[in-house]
Amino acid sequence: MAGFSSFAPWDEPGKKPLIEIKSVSKFFGAFEAIHDLSVNIYEREFFAILGPSGCGKTTLMRMLAGFETPTSGQILLDGQNIGPVPPAKRPVNMMFQSYALFPHLTVEKNIAFGLKREGVAAGEISDRITDIMKLVQLTDFGRRKPHQLSGGQRQRVALARALVKRPRLLLLDEPLGALDKKLRQQTQFELMNIQETLGTTFVIVTHDQEEAMTVSSRIAVMNNGEIAQVAPPTDLYEQPSSRFVADFIGEVNIIEGRCAPAARDGISLAWNEGSDDLRIASDATSQIGTTAWLALRPEKVGITKTRPEGTDNAVQGEVIDIAYLGNITTYHVELPTGAIIKAQESNLQRVANRGITWEDTVWVHWSADAGVLLTA
Amino acid sequence: MTRRFSWFNTTSLTLGMAFLYLPILLLIIYSFNASKLVTVWGGWSTKWYSSLLENEAFLEAAWVTIRVAFISATVATFLGTLAAYALVRAGKFRGRTLFTGMVYAPLVMPEVITGLSLLLLFISFGMDRGITTIILAHITFGMCFASVVVSSRLVSFDSSLEEAACDLGCTPVQAFFSVTLPVIAPAIAAAWLLAFTLSLDDLVIASFTSGPGATTLPMKIYSSVRLGVTPEINALSTIMIAVVSLGVILASLAGKRAEISRSET
Repeated sequence: MAGFSSFAPWDEPGKKPLIEIKSVSKFFGAFEAIHDLSVNIYEREFFAILGPSGCGKTTLMRMLAGFETPTSGQILLDGQNIGPVPPAKRPVNMMFQSYALFPHLTVEKNIAFGLKREGVAAGEISDRITDIMKLVQLTDFGRRKPHQLSGGQRQRVALARALVKRPRLLLLDEPLGALDKKLRQQTQFELMNIQETLGTTFVIVTHDQEEAMTVSSRIAVMNNGEIAQVAPPTDLYEQPSSRFVADFIGEVNIIEGRCAPAARDGISLAWNEGSDDLRIASDATSQIGTTAWLALRPEKVGITKTRPEGTDNAVQGEVIDIAYLGNITTYHVELPTGAIIKAQESNLQRVANRGITWEDTVWVHWSADAGVLLTA
Repeated sequence: MTRRFSWFNTTSLTLGMAFLYLPILLLIIYSFNASKLVTVWGGWSTKWYSSLLENEAFLEAAWVTIRVAFISATVATFLGTLAAYALVRAGKFRGRTLFTGMVYAPLVMPEVITGLSLLLLFISFGMDRGITTIILAHITFGMCFASVVVSSRLVSFDSSLEEAACDLGCTPVQAFFSVTLPVIAPAIAAAWLLAFTLSLDDLVIASFTSGPGATTLPMKIYSSVRLGVTPEINALSTIMIAVVSLGVILASLAGKRAEISRSET
């Protein structure tokens, strides 16, 4: 989904959001878990809340579910303030991290639980259960108890139980955390398909950035109770707004320096006396004279033994570590300043004489538009 | 995998079991003794069991004991469950450790002291001692055991189950009755059986808190034995052993079920 479709309601002027979080703060005693947070979530979005543990992402989700109330600020659903509405009365359902399946009930009864509470007629309940069990591929498991299911099957029951209520908003709290890696990746795509089939708005909380990048239309990166950046995955990766975001999403090289006017277009960054200034394609001329940081993804940095011709930036250093991961190799190169630059190469051939080894003196190089100039 | 016992293990196990159960076994065997003299074997007979059925005093004591055990176990389990729920779920409040300790303290309090203090309490309130005071006394110690059993289950109970129930449309009270209670039911049953069995067994506290006209079976047996052991007493004791063993076995089975459902959550 990420950047490959034209689905972008957040860019449409005048589009009404499904959820409006308006300057919400949440205190637990003296501890401020959420600080003056505002964000809009649109219908049919697959919205990810990503952040390190303790950043407030779970608190934000629990406020959407109704298990916590904001200390100040408002949460609107379809323009209605849902602050005073208890969890049972919200058109919002949640899939719990522990799945929270009722151990004394069969799969069918677990899924029927919410519909019975709602007072749906028996015939309709069984129709809707049949449909949802087909959707999550659990058709033959209706009479089993939760302890007779595998982790992946339990996850599907939890999903079905929340979805069968046809909520306006489905919350997923670390939904795939308990699954192993292969199953997790497969389930991510299933989640996306289900979300697209039903058109329900999903909000997922996760600390796994790959998961967030894979499934979501937009990601909110949280830190210390605030949103550091909200953007589609591609923008988040290529246009991070701060060093925190750049560092949290994927790997990054950060080079600190002072902005100076460039000889040609863009900006130069004076980073080390005796070295050439770095050329950066940026129109942030207002930053000239201030301290800034160049964020550079390792896969956009090349590595050669001789000084490359015709490249915008080339810096000499010494190879101190090589991490061979099969598909890629990461070289850790120490610069004269003592900083480490990571350069990644894809291993396109099975057998290749790469010719670079430990303690070699090498050149790392990148183009002017490979990195992003950050001011925070 | 089969593992052979070494001779040392076999011997120590045999000796240990004999030490524990030989007296009881002897008592059971002698309850089927045809002779009137307790120490002389006179062949097999079940006549003491039938004569027991005609002994009004014993029957009345048995009836008192069962009523006391049933009522006190039920009330104790109810109160114990509430106490356990409050202590486990109330989160951290001031004096929580103190409260937890106070709930558990009667478990290790010498029975004589519990009995004596309850006696003083009943006297100072001017209560006539009888079946009611025994029931009240048994509720106090039964409740401690019940709350220990139930709270050990509640500690491992995933509280997101209740949140899930609320999320799916329950009020907190409905969530308790439709999810929490069924899940912890085996532990509650185990707590009830434990309280029931302990009440059947109790001699000391009952002696302190009973009055005229309210004699429990252990009290009756104890007072009869002082006049000499009769085969009838052996028969009665055998029946009590059977009832108590059954209670303990059921309680541990219920505990096992609780264990299984715990591993599911």
